[in-house]
Amino acid sequence: MLRIFLLGLVFGIALTMGEIISWFRIQEMFYFESFHMFGVIGGAMAVGMLFNLAARRFKWGTESGAPLDIHQYTTGWKRYIYGGTVFGMGWAVTGACPGPLFITLGAGYWPILVAIFGALLGTFLYGLLMKHLPH
Amino acid sequence: MDSGRVSRSSSAGDRAEVMHTFDPWPWQVVGPLIAGVMSSLLLIGKRFGLSSNLRTMCSIAGANRFSDYFKMDWKSQSWNLVFVLGTIAGGAVARFALLKPGPVIINPKTALRLRAWGIDDAGTSFAPDILFGPEAWSNPAALAFLLIGGVLVGFGTRWANGCTSGHAISGLSAFQWPSLIAVAGFLLGGLIVAHLILPLLIPLL
Repeated sequence: MLRIFLLGLVFGIALTMGEIISWFRIQEMFYFESFHMFGVIGGAMAVGMLFNLAARRFKWGTESGAPLDIHQYTTGWKRYIYGGTVFGMGWAVTGACPGPLFITLGAGYWPILVAIFGALLGTFLYGLLMKHLPH
Repeated sequence: MDSGRVSRSSSAGDRAEVMHTFDPWPWQVVGPLIAGVMSSLLLIGKRFGLSSNLRTMCSIAGANRFSDYFKMDWKSQSWNLVFVLGTIAGGAVARFALLKPGPVIINPKTALRLRAWGIDDAGTSFAPDILFGPEAWSNPAALAFLLIGGVLVGFGTRWANGCTSGHAISGLSAFQWPSLIAVAGFLLGGLIVAHLILPLLIPLL
């Protein structure tokens, strides 16, 4: 658990030092007026891809010998495009995706608590309505 | 360029000198660090994804009485809450000890546009005061704005079964097609709101 906490710590520090938690950076991103956010996400994706390719090639497993827990998303497209679009709308409003939502709190910008409460409320609403939504 | 160097002296005065001495990190540093966190979690036997914590938190708060979606073994997910605690601590360490205080230097075009909408500190602060400063608490429009945005984030990430960490980084790097569809959605939703809705909403704050 200590290692998990430390990994969270690194993630929180990296996203703050990289200004990813700044609302301004998100506004800039959605107008394609800076490469910064695309560099961060694309860079993480590219290095992650190298890791995944190496893990496949050299058959890396977890430290307890199990296969890596790589999420196999169910097929279909509706939930991804609809849900993704709704999330993107919220991202442009709050300037925070779920990671930065909490990191911003740590950085001392207390009104983000309202957005965190909203995100929990939205999650709860999804739980109530999911049977009626296309997936 | 040596702004981040740690002093070898152990006197209190010298220690204070290393506080707030780091410039913001470029994407070439932050991107690989995020990939390192994702890879480490996988090697430990976990999975990188922040938005699933929202479901876990609702479940702990008693939402399982209202929907089967929240009937889950949240204890098996408690490690991820520890990760969230780490991220909160990381945000505090970075802002209150490491990062040089100063504005986020955004594209002047972005700053001009936001100032025209009434965000007076665009280009001169880290986060807009109107939304994230103490004054936000006495501004019902700003609070409603944050609340609605939060609802969209929670609802959307759970519907899409993932957010930036789960889909854009973990999913795409593992060649998951559904993640590509989700990321296209992120961009679509963000573009619609940033270009069509925010120009109308932000001046009302």
